Amino acid sequence: MFKKMLAFILSTVLFLSLVPVQAEASFPPVAKEDIKVGAIFIGPKDDGFTGAHYNGVEGMKEALGLNDDQILYKFNVPENNETDIALRELIDAGCQIIFGNSWGYMDFMMEIADEYPEVIFSHCSGYKNNGVNFNNYFGRIYQSRYLAGIAAGLKTQTNLIGYVAAWPDNAEVNGGINAYALGIQSVNPEAKVYVKYINSWGNPSLEKQTAVALLDLGCDVIGQHVDSAMPQVAAQEAGKFGNGYNTDMTSVAPDAHLTAPIWNWSSVYTAQVQAVIDGVWEPVNYFLGLKENMVDISPLSKNVAEGTQEKIDEARTKIVSGEWDVFTGPLFNNAGEQVLAENETFADGDITGGLMTTLLVDGVEVK
Amino acid sequence: MSERAIRPIQFHVVQRGETTPLQTWLYRLAAVGLAIVMGGLFLWVLGYNPFLVYAAMLKGALGSAGMQKETIKLMIPLCLTALGVTLAFKMRFWNIGAEGQICAGAIAASYFAYFHNGMPRTLLLVVMAVSAIIFGGLWGLIPAYFKTRFGTNETLFTLMLNYIIGYVITYLREGPWRNPEGGFAAMPRFVKEARLPEVWFPGVGNIHIGWIVMFIMVLGIFFYLRHTKQGYEIAVVGENEATARYAGMPVGKIIMRTMFLSAGLCGLVGMLQVSGPDRQLTDAVANGRGFTAVSVAWLARLSPAGILVVSFLFSVMEKGCSMMQTEFRIPASMSEILQGVILFCVLGAEFFISYRVVRRKEKA
Repeated sequence: MFKKMLAFILSTVLFLSLVPVQAEASFPPVAKEDIKVGAIFIGPKDDGFTGAHYNGVEGMKEALGLNDDQILYKFNVPENNETDIALRELIDAGCQIIFGNSWGYMDFMMEIADEYPEVIFSHCSGYKNNGVNFNNYFGRIYQSRYLAGIAAGLKTQTNLIGYVAAWPDNAEVNGGINAYALGIQSVNPEAKVYVKYINSWGNPSLEKQTAVALLDLGCDVIGQHVDSAMPQVAAQEAGKFGNGYNTDMTSVAPDAHLTAPIWNWSSVYTAQVQAVIDGVWEPVNYFLGLKENMVDISPLSKNVAEGTQEKIDEARTKIVSGEWDVFTGPLFNNAGEQVLAENETFADGDITGGLMTTLLVDGVEVK
Repeated sequence: MSERAIRPIQFHVVQRGETTPLQTWLYRLAAVGLAIVMGGLFLWVLGYNPFLVYAAMLKGALGSAGMQKETIKLMIPLCLTALGVTLAFKMRFWNIGAEGQICAGAIAASYFAYFHNGMPRTLLLVVMAVSAIIFGGLWGLIPAYFKTRFGTNETLFTLMLNYIIGYVITYLREGPWRNPEGGFAAMPRFVKEARLPEVWFPGVGNIHIGWIVMFIMVLGIFFYLRHTKQGYEIAVVGENEATARYAGMPVGKIIMRTMFLSAGLCGLVGMLQVSGPDRQLTDAVANGRGFTAVSVAWLARLSPAGILVVSFLFSVMEKGCSMMQTEFRIPASMSEILQGVILFCVLGAEFFISYRVVRRKEKA
């Protein structure tokens, strides 16, 4: 009896091992003319954040030679059941892959992904993955912020740099502040970063007031993680300097702007849609950086201090080559406790969430 | 040049006498027609074929069972909220706070969904619904109390309360109710037991149980306003407070009671939204429905059956406009303008039903 059982078990194991494992996670190739790409975006196409995504999808369209009618956009989609409605419309319209660009879409997309296993759902800024047809993508924008910080650290005279930040206790926001501060300190160990949170992703008048308040505290360079260019306008009006965000804000504040961390979403959109066309899309999370050209900084303006380009190039080379990254120990928080030992680095999970959610590094003060 | 030609043309507005129902409906029909033509012109100027766009709108709202389902899901909160504000409007109490009352109900329901979700499913859902009605109702009772006690202006009061409760949701999201997972602030998804069951809607498919609540409430509010003593009291207070007082009605009590019911119904909408389609508490739980419901209630002339029809048409328009965006790449703001044009015409017609414009006669 036992032998029979053993034989049965062994033969079952043998049989199962012959079945290709990857079958469950693969999608058939799609002819380029037949592909339809859906995108649900939190804002209108001309705001900073969604605008960068829109340019990214349009860039993908150009790169792959798709037609206008192969890309279906939904703008201003709120994070409630209308997310669900928008997704279903896009599924109904025959999209093979649907992108979403706001944190609050993640769980809606993940749940609907179970319902439609033949459609691919790809969400920006989150961390979940269902191993079948739902993944996340995001960029190492902190690398760009580090480079922008170098420009700020070399420019400041007062050694005080202001930062108009969106939300407290947010890993993306705090990660940005920390990287910016580390970039500043890499060239100017004396400098401090004063942070004010405005509790909004974008509110032009509040952004400006906050920048003015930081300037009043003695800051002479203003960094930002909010949507509009108003902090840069405030810096210009005060005769001071700043680092924008999302787009090259030099045109808005020609005498103040140094350089801005910018997104280049088309690289990740192109890579994923190409993978769908080729039938090789896999449910892996994308977290690309300077190396893959997913993030960058806008061209340095005439306002930067002498030697900025060299310092930035030096840091860029180290990051792109992979020999070093921004969050490498020793690293201390602003309470003086060591968070990373010598040469220790953060796991990606502690950059997109986890520890970064509440971390502020040494030299950062919330005002 | 004659003297007559330079005299300015003068108009004045006079109230109509009795308008027959036929006239009323002709005006409304004309308004809808005008809205469609104006909207069409607007689309044509933008370079789209209006016929194709309108066809896509209809298809997007009603073209398949899936689309119909989403349209009905939009209609449920709109219809119920309009019924809620109608109770207050009948009494001439201008409850512009439905938006906040939805949020209040949603918060109360979510509290049980997040922190006391161990009880059996039916019990949990009932507790969520009852707490939403009570908390929404209490939120609405605040302006009612101040109105009856101190004569404050309820329009401003209810409006301002919307902002407060909206920020309460933001506070909960950023702080005590925040989902500890992940780097961004958001509240967690509801457990399965805290989600509304789905019931088969004839010809369309499974929709959360809110649609049954909607039909029951349409009948219930109709009956309440038409055939109960309390409904009669509301009508009298609305017509003339002095009369009501003279007739010995406790006006203050009627206002408070009615406002509690009005806001409680809006609170129930909050529960149905978080537990039904949203499946979590978000700051977009009301998302303007509380204001749209005011237009719906007025266009329906505060009639429950009318509200059912108008909220359906509004939802068709909203869903259709969303589809128009997908199919023709018409920007979202353009579809909002189109919705605005349509609303403008239809609401404008209500003016012409009650008033007419006459050219001032020349003096001899």
